[in-house]
Amino acid sequence: MSGYSDPGFDTLALHAGAAPDPATGARAVPIHLTTSFVFESSDQAAALFNLERAGHVYSRISNPTTAVLEQRVAALEGGIGAIATASGQAALHLAVATLMGAGNHIVASTALYGGSQNLLHYTMRRFGIETTFVQPGDIDGWRAAVRPNTKLFFGETVGNPGLDVLDIPTVSQIAHEAGVPLLVDSTLTSPWLIKPFDHGADLVYHSATKFLSGHGTVIGGVLVDAGSFDWEKSGKFTELTAAYEGFHNMVFSEESTVGAFLLRARREGLRDFGACLSPHSAWLILQGIETLPLRMARHMDNTAKVVEFLASHPLVSRVGHPLLESHPSHTLAQKLLPRGAGSVFSFDIAGSRAQGKAFIETLKVFSHLANVGDARSLVIHPASTTHFRMSDEALAQAGIGPGTIRLSIGLEDPADLIDDLKKALKAAEKAA
Amino acid sequence: MQVSTPNGTLYAYTGGKDFDAAKPTVVFIHGVLNDHSVWILQSRYLAHHGWNVLAIDLPGHCKSGGEPPASVEEASAAILGLLDAVGVQKAALVGHSFGSLIALETAARAPERVSQLVLVGTAFPMRVSPALLESSVSAPMKAIDMVNTFSHSTLAPPPSALGPGTWLYGGSRALMRRVLASNTQVNVFFTGFKACDSYAHGEAAMAQVQCPTLFVLGSQDQMTPPKAAQSLVSQANNAKVVKLPAGHSLMTEAPDGVLQALKDFLKA
Repeated sequence: MSGYSDPGFDTLALHAGAAPDPATGARAVPIHLTTSFVFESSDQAAALFNLERAGHVYSRISNPTTAVLEQRVAALEGGIGAIATASGQAALHLAVATLMGAGNHIVASTALYGGSQNLLHYTMRRFGIETTFVQPGDIDGWRAAVRPNTKLFFGETVGNPGLDVLDIPTVSQIAHEAGVPLLVDSTLTSPWLIKPFDHGADLVYHSATKFLSGHGTVIGGVLVDAGSFDWEKSGKFTELTAAYEGFHNMVFSEESTVGAFLLRARREGLRDFGACLSPHSAWLILQGIETLPLRMARHMDNTAKVVEFLASHPLVSRVGHPLLESHPSHTLAQKLLPRGAGSVFSFDIAGSRAQGKAFIETLKVFSHLANVGDARSLVIHPASTTHFRMSDEALAQAGIGPGTIRLSIGLEDPADLIDDLKKALKAAEKAA
Repeated sequence: MQVSTPNGTLYAYTGGKDFDAAKPTVVFIHGVLNDHSVWILQSRYLAHHGWNVLAIDLPGHCKSGGEPPASVEEASAAILGLLDAVGVQKAALVGHSFGSLIALETAARAPERVSQLVLVGTAFPMRVSPALLESSVSAPMKAIDMVNTFSHSTLAPPPSALGPGTWLYGGSRALMRRVLASNTQVNVFFTGFKACDSYAHGEAAMAQVQCPTLFVLGSQDQMTPPKAAQSLVSQANNAKVVKLPAGHSLMTEAPDGVLQALKDFLKA
């Protein structure tokens, strides 16, 4: 059994899906900013449209630059393929819309990004898809929430911003017992920290806006399929196992034993909903992914130092990171996320709203804005921004208090980050 | 479609078109831990260009019932049983790897039933190391990873089976795992490899083949390198050889090249 080796993560981050351009010799991935691709012949055109041959037709459906990104993220996740989308939200919508329609039901974690909670709780409900929210650690709750019309389980690898670690092995097992797949949002962890497919997840998506691109320059998403879920065996997914009138009566699960989901998601979802990614954005995300392993290591090192500082500061009443034994997900994080549970976390200032405001306004290195996963360190007040649409009760369920501050630790010198926080906490103390 | 045969109910993908025995027929036969879906592009194209396509799942694999063939000869009998069951007197046979040996044996046994023979990623003898045979039973997931790595030649294939955005390493691995899991009674990984390893009279069979034969070989193939097919090529009476810049997973790494070779050969 010797004499072989799979390409390693760092190698895949640089090479998966890309080779020197055969036409020009260009070593970097070329940006193919074109809407359409010339057919070689009428026969080839017809064959491309009928999925008899592989190739590019129109950049809403596929594009050579975007395809490199799709292959690369699929490679890093250990999936069979991926679809790049206009944003992470578009990736979530594509997954849901491919698997179900009006009258179906989702079981989802309460610890979700506010936009995802919004999409499921309000918007998808308007289209006849209901969601039951369950505390991620409430294992019996996941099981009890299943209905006959349930089509999907959904959670985040680490919930935003409380960092509740999703027990993917257990939750995926319950999903599979119910005959449905587990979709995981791995935005905050990236495949460098955890590969959800290795633990039982069936579908993964990223807001590539965050750690994958890593520089706060681009909006994008990627949806990846493990190819592990048996749609025919489940018997619940006629979307994939019965003839689809909208595409030559194709039975996707017959066309591809493991790729039925991606076939429909691309052939229907990108074609009809149209939330495709620009090739230029795909290229920017690829640039980020090339250094993902290096950046994630530094994100984790800096996070450990900042967490240690905050945990010992008298004005800080709580630090919500699984690095600390006090965090409810500490043990699970050590098991599933041995490299770290991410660099986005929250903490509470033991003080008033005014003190919280003084803290944020004093920070100089940390930027006050609504994003995470940038190379630069970021800060925000979730209750008044990202999660402001949520009720106090829903906020509490997501582990967010009115005085909670969320940090996204960047790649600066850790001493400068700690110094910035120290000064801001001092200002908060004076504002009492 | 499902076909009732003496070897059990066999599944054959017909390329998105209804089976029509009046058309010329081409049968696609997959290799170890694969199924009909590895031929998705070639089979779908031919089905829409005048051919009657039967891309089968071997007995005991995925959608097909029956016992997994323990030998190339047993598998060959299943192919002939399928042709009888659907009322096809003569068909072109296209086989990959283990499937190429099955196609070869069938063409030798029943020359009157085979119009053309295509051997993709073939070798004779098709030896499997004792260590890999043992691992296919004791550590099948590890063995799948090893076979998968050896079966691919590039981290950057052209648009491939399933189309742009497909990651072939992952797709092949997921399919092998699915096929292995599809039979809970028999380890089709081991039985397939054992059948390849045990097949003894490839050269004699090749010499008996009367129809035109096409070899489609991957110049980067580490599982069945082109030189390992030479003993068959030299025995063939009417052979054409096409080499493509691909590894063992030719149909997915070089789908257009394989299709072009098939189109040129089958119409000749």
